[in-house]
Amino acid sequence: MIQAKINGQIVDLAEKTTIQQFLQAQNHKTDRVAVELNGQIVPKSAYEQQEIKAEDTLEIVSFVGGG
Amino acid sequence: MPSQEEIYAALCQRHGKALQDKLQKAKIAIAGLGGLGSNIAIGLARIGVGQLHLVDFDRVDLTNLNRQHYFIHHLGQYKTEALKKQILEINPYIRVSTDCLKITASNVATLFSDADIICEAFDVPENKAMLANTVLEQLPDKWLVSGNGMAGYGKSNLIQTKAIMSKFYLCGDNISSNEAQPLMAPRVAICAGHEANMVAELIIEHLGKEAEK
Repeated sequence: MIQAKINGQIVDLAEKTTIQQFLQAQNHKTDRVAVELNGQIVPKSAYEQQEIKAEDTLEIVSFVGGG
Repeated sequence: MPSQEEIYAALCQRHGKALQDKLQKAKIAIAGLGGLGSNIAIGLARIGVGQLHLVDFDRVDLTNLNRQHYFIHHLGQYKTEALKKQILEINPYIRVSTDCLKITASNVATLFSDADIICEAFDVPENKAMLANTVLEQLPDKWLVSGNGMAGYGKSNLIQTKAIMSKFYLCGDNISSNEAQPLMAPRVAICAGHEANMVAELIIEHLGKEAEK
């Protein structure tokens, strides 16, 4: 297990968890989110390859309807 | 019709010259002219923001009037034109540009290359995410202020403005609209007020500083 900081919370994750896997596990729809990894926006094309590493800081914005 | 000098003097009387000059130099783009975008535009027009770029593909519909800043006589008009006319009634010297089209990942960089700050004011979550991702990837120097969750009534103070990334601010309660929590003017206007107010803060406290560097 590793620990990463996700939306301000320390979260335990299996090693080599990708962003895509984490989003799916949290029931996020990938076409409704924006993800920042250590201060950089993560392109959607990288979600499947990008692994979350120990001590990474992740911000996930999940957009909702209404405007 | 008041002259440009008279309106500038009146705004300076209210806001002070130093602050007004910053507002007048700012170029703000508004993506989506529904409940959020129309109210954001009116707020920014009233404080004398110098350039407003309005983008939406849609026309004013009767069901919009429960929350969007349009009137009966605007029904059937393009929102870009209906809103531009209102802005010029408040301040005819604001430079208003319009694009009546659908915003997609392939036109974001071109549409918004000239803006200092981009306001996301869409309704559909996939479109909100598309704009945020595209701006953050392709226009990393721009500020982005986005709306996220403003449905229903009451609970005013659950609507908040948060800095998400270094140049990305999110306003709202992060809860989706649905049949039990429909979009209604008072709460949508609170969220639009948050977005417009964040834009004002960025113009006054941050854009100026970048220019001085």
